[in-house]
Formats: sequence, C-alpha cells, structure tokens
Amino acid sequence: MSKPAAPNTTDFQSKEFRFSSFFFTGLTGLATYLILALLAVILVNVVIHGWPGLSWRFVSTIPKKDVFDPATTGILPMIVGTTIRVIVMTIFVLPVGVITAVYLTEYARNTSRVTRIIRTAVNNLAGVPSVVFGLFGLGFFINFVGHNLDLLLNNGEKAWGQPSLIWASLTLAVMTLPVVIVATEEALKSVPQGLREASLALGATKLKTIIKIVLPQALPGILTGGILAVSRAAGEVAPILFTGVAYYMSNLPTHLTDQFMDLGYHVFVLSTQSPNIDQTQPILYATVLVLLILTFALNIVAIFVRSRMRRHQRSLH
Amino acid sequence: MSEPFPKPAPVTQRWQGIQRGKNRHPFEWLVEKMIFLVSLTAILMVFLIFAFVTREAVPILFGQMNSAAKQPVIPVAEMDKMPPEVLRNYLELTREEFASMDHDTRQLLMQTKVDAAKDVSTDKDASLNTTEWRYLFLPYQWTGYDRPAYIWQPVSTIKKYNIVPLIVGSIKATVVALLFAVPLALAAAIYVSQLARPKFKEVIKPAIELLSGVPSVVVGFFALIVIATFLQGIFGYESRLNAFVAGIGLGFAIIPVVFSIAEDSLTSVPRSYTQAALALGASRWQAAWQVVLPAAIPGVFAAIVLGFGRAMGETMIVLLASGNASIMSWDIFDSARTITATIAAEMGEVVAGGDHYRILFLIGAMLFVVTFFSNMAAELVMERLKRRLEGKA
Repeated sequence: MSKPAAPNTTDFQSKEFRFSSFFFTGLTGLATYLILALLAVILVNVVIHGWPGLSWRFVSTIPKKDVFDPATTGILPMIVGTTIRVIVMTIFVLPVGVITAVYLTEYARNTSRVTRIIRTAVNNLAGVPSVVFGLFGLGFFINFVGHNLDLLLNNGEKAWGQPSLIWASLTLAVMTLPVVIVATEEALKSVPQGLREASLALGATKLKTIIKIVLPQALPGILTGGILAVSRAAGEVAPILFTGVAYYMSNLPTHLTDQFMDLGYHVFVLSTQSPNIDQTQPILYATVLVLLILTFALNIVAIFVRSRMRRHQRSLH
Repeated sequence: MSEPFPKPAPVTQRWQGIQRGKNRHPFEWLVEKMIFLVSLTAILMVFLIFAFVTREAVPILFGQMNSAAKQPVIPVAEMDKMPPEVLRNYLELTREEFASMDHDTRQLLMQTKVDAAKDVSTDKDASLNTTEWRYLFLPYQWTGYDRPAYIWQPVSTIKKYNIVPLIVGSIKATVVALLFAVPLALAAAIYVSQLARPKFKEVIKPAIELLSGVPSVVVGFFALIVIATFLQGIFGYESRLNAFVAGIGLGFAIIPVVFSIAEDSLTSVPRSYTQAALALGASRWQAAWQVVLPAAIPGVFAAIVLGFGRAMGETMIVLLASGNASIMSWDIFDSARTITATIAAEMGEVVAGGDHYRILFLIGAMLFVVTFFSNMAAELVMERLKRRLEGKA
C-alpha cells in the first residue's frame, strides 16, 4: 500500500539548486579574476620598482666593463642586439611562414596526407622546448652549416662556425615559424570566398587572385602574425644561450657573424651574477620594465589589429 | 535516407582544387610547385631538429665515448710504429690540427699524456667509463659513499652523469605547476566560455592571452625576487629556491596554454547542447558542468598534456627559481635541478665534442622525444574530438 513515487524532478526554486549554481559560477569567476590578478601583480610590481631606475641615460649608454654599477651602466647594446636579432629573424621567418600558410589554405586539400603531415609538423614545432631549439642551433647551424661554410669559404678559419647574430636569428626563425603560419592562416581564412570567385570570374588566374586580392586583404592579419612572432622571440633567452648571446661586449655588433648582447639574457645575468643584489635591484627592475614594454606594446598592437580584423570579417559575411 | 543528388563539395574544397596545367601557364605552375616545396619547411625542420640534436649524442648512444679518468697510455717510443690515423685519435686531434703539427710537437703531446697519467688519482672508480647506460640510469656506490646513489656531478675528477636526479627535478616542478595551473585555468575556461557575458568574454580572453606574452625570463625573475620570498614567508621552508617556487612560476607560464586549449574545445561544443540542457530546466552551471564539459573532456585532456609538455620544456623559469642543486629527493621543498636548467647552465662551459657535451645533447634529445609524443597525443585527441562534435552537430 504505497503511493506512486513522485517523479524525480529538480525543484528549481529550491535553495540548494540556486545556491550550487550561484556558488560554482562565483568560484569559476573567482579563478578567472585570480589569473588576471596574477598578471596585474607582475605588471604593477615591475612598473613600481622599475620606473624610478629608468632614465634616458640608462637606455642610451653603452656600459664600460662593469654592468652591475647602477651609476654608469646602460642597456643600449642590449636593446640594439635584441632589435637586430628579431629583425633578421623576421626577414627569414615571414616569407616562409606566409608561403606555407598560403599553401595550406589556398591549395592544400584537407584530406590529403601531405597536408596532414605539414599540420602535424607545425603543431609539433610549436611545442618543442626552447632549450632544444638552442641545442639545434648549436648542433645544426653552428657545428654543421657554419663549420662547412668555414671549410668552403675561409679554408677552415673560424668565422661562421661559432655563435653569432645570424645563427641566433635563424634559430629563432625556426622557433617562431608556427606562430606566423597559424596567424596567416587565420587571416587568409577570414578573406571572404566571394572575393576569390569574383576575381576568377573576371578572368584572373588563381595565382594572380592570391597575390593581388587575397594577400592584400589578409595583410593586417599577416602583420599580426609577424608582430606576435617578434614579441615571442624578443623575450626568449634559452634558444640564444649557445647560439650567439654574449655576456659582455664593449662595442655594438657590426657584422652578422658578431656576437651580441641581449635584453632577456641581461635580465638573467643581473638576477644571478650580481655581486651585490640590493645595489643592482633598481637596474634589474628597469631592464625588466624595458623588456616588458617592448613585448607588451607589440602584443597589444597584435590583439588590437586582430580584433578589428574579426569585426571587419563579421561585417563582410 | 539516401540523397537523390551527391552532396556538393564544400566551397573551399572547390577553390583549393583549382590547378592549372603546366602547358597553359607554365610560369604559374612552377610558382605553385615552389609554394608547395616551401610549405614542406616545417616538416624538414622537425626532422632536422631530431636528427641534429641526436647526432651529437650518437657516440653516447652507441657507447663509443670513454669518460674514464684513467686512460690507457702508450709509451713515447712506440710513436713511430703507430699508423697516423690511430695516433691522431689517441691524441684527440682533428685532422687539420694533426696535419699542422710537426713530429716534435706530436712527441711532446705524447709525453704530456704519459705525465698526466701519473697524476691521475688511484681511485678505484678512475678507470670506469661513466657514460655507460648503467651509470646514467642506475645507482652506483662511488668511492666515499656508504651506499649506492644517484649522482649528477659532471665537473670532478670522476665524472658522474646519473640523469635520474634531473628527471626527478623536472617531474617535481612540473607536477607542482600542473596542480597549481590546471584547476585555475580550467575553471577560468569554463567561466569564460559558458558562464560569462559575451561582452566580458571579449575583454578577458585577450587579457589572459597577454599573460602568455610575458617573457619566461621575466616570470623567472619575478619568481626569484618576489614569489620565493612571499612563499617562504607563508610556508617557512628552509631553502628559499626550490621545486615548489619553480613550479608556481611554471604555473604562470602554462596557465595561458591550458586555458586557451580548454576554452577552445569548450566553445567548439555545439550551442544546441547547452540550449537543450537549459530547455530541460538545468541551470547554466549544470549545463556547463554536466553537459558541455563531459562532451569536451578530450580537449581538456589535450590541454593538460600540452601544459605538461610546456612545463617540462620551460627553461628560464626553473633555471632562475629552482635553486639548481642536483639532489636526489622527492621533497618539493628541496632545491631541484631540472633537465632544461642543466642544459642551459652547463652547455656554455663544456668542451665541444667531449663526453659532458654529448650527455647534455642526449638529455636534450630525450626531452625532445617526450614533448614530441605529448604533442602528438594531444593533437590526436583534439582531432578526434573535433570530428566527433562535427559529426553529432
């Protein structure tokens, strides 16, 4: 003698129901804000401690011997070294990355095996540890390419077969290749299909369409890829440790086979090799601030261009 | 239900399928072929990385190196009877160096060898080749130790190259990083993709991506200067720099990775799933937690695997914040030395082509293999997920 069991439904007005929903939404929201807070803490800390140490003299001085003396040191050679190495890198990585992306979006059939292998390789390249790129630069560019260039051009005298600007830049170019490819692909995909068809209908060939219509349309996105690659490379230290960075140089690099000083590496040097930590802390913070300004400015430009591109794309479709 | 007409190919497929014959447009045909060749660069690079990092480690892999402190000596008088090639190898010279030396210089080198052999310690371990596999991976009771131990001590008379302490160091830091970063990043991914208002989402996504724009040397510096002191104040452990601090620093670096992959896969779950759940009376949270998350769980797995690979391979943060003492210990509050930090710190001071140099390349190659397979696993899982969701949608 029992009543049929009540259907097992949720009481939407019940306290538990509203509470669990509210509680977990709040909890995940909290995690999100915590991540943002961590970012903010880093930025605020660096800006507060770095700003007082920053001066025109500091960024425009070539240090004489003692890089740890706050009164006389400067970071001009590091800024120059970092800038040159990312420029040389861009010259190599941009064409290769853009052409690969053009192949992947405009020519490759998604089902073909080669396309899938290329995509897998790109994804894998993005996940290779940065220090392994450093080993690769040493083992391939310096010990193999450089060494053989010396044998061919210099009768075995060492000029190419040692750490230098060119090899560090090439190593970074290999490392940032996936960044450029992925960003360019996204940019190419955002170009409306109708533009391609219209161009074909007017009698242009496929290659002409790509060069004259698709690429110009995708230019902002391609530049974003370049900027992201530059910002990623500017902050990387591990790949250049054995491929070209110098602890100290009295002159600016003048040739591609010269070694160079570097902002990120200088941060490492100042944090670990300083004889007096309290004394060098201001210049350490100032150097970090300069590096952050450099990479963040680039990142923010990239994010801005990209969001504009997405809005533009939505209005076209 | 069979369709009366074959399905038209997707629009992109038709455009991508356009190919010009080489007779009609020979120039364009050539350019298109070259575009294809250039696009193979990525494959070539992955191959070259593997080939050239391993190449430097080959003599270790095949047991051709001998790191014994005490090497067999040949008396100077034997010199003229030796074939030049054998003599060159014995003196450890390159071909060019050997060719540029006259008879007397070579004789002097041989004499130096004989003299050096007299000075070498009489330690029983002096004649061991420490680059053999068992010394790399198994504990060994070195002279002066009361029991077998795992020791990484590459700069000493008897070079000890046991890799196990480095692997343990890497794993410790990585596990701490994952425990710290994965819950945070996952919660944030659920919030941003399912619960937050779209307006808010457009602000917060780039902000978290900005975190990945912070150079790792800056994160390392921050961990070294600020986090280390802060955490020591809370936990009161002994050594200021340790695997725990390094792990928290690593967490900063992998949060954006885990977040963006997880957010991507959560967003790729069709809207209809959520809508159906909401229509049945579920709350937004229930829809997200019980419907969307289970559907996207392979993506979450991929995010964690990629985070693992990134944490294992990160260099500057652990180099700065882990303390770098190669102690064999599972205690996360002990100073630790990771694989990556070892390569970065020691490569600058080794003799090119020597056994220490080759061991560093060997552990680099091991690292490459580990990250390669975790990347492959993550990619496979993601691809399956995409296909499944598209099939159901």
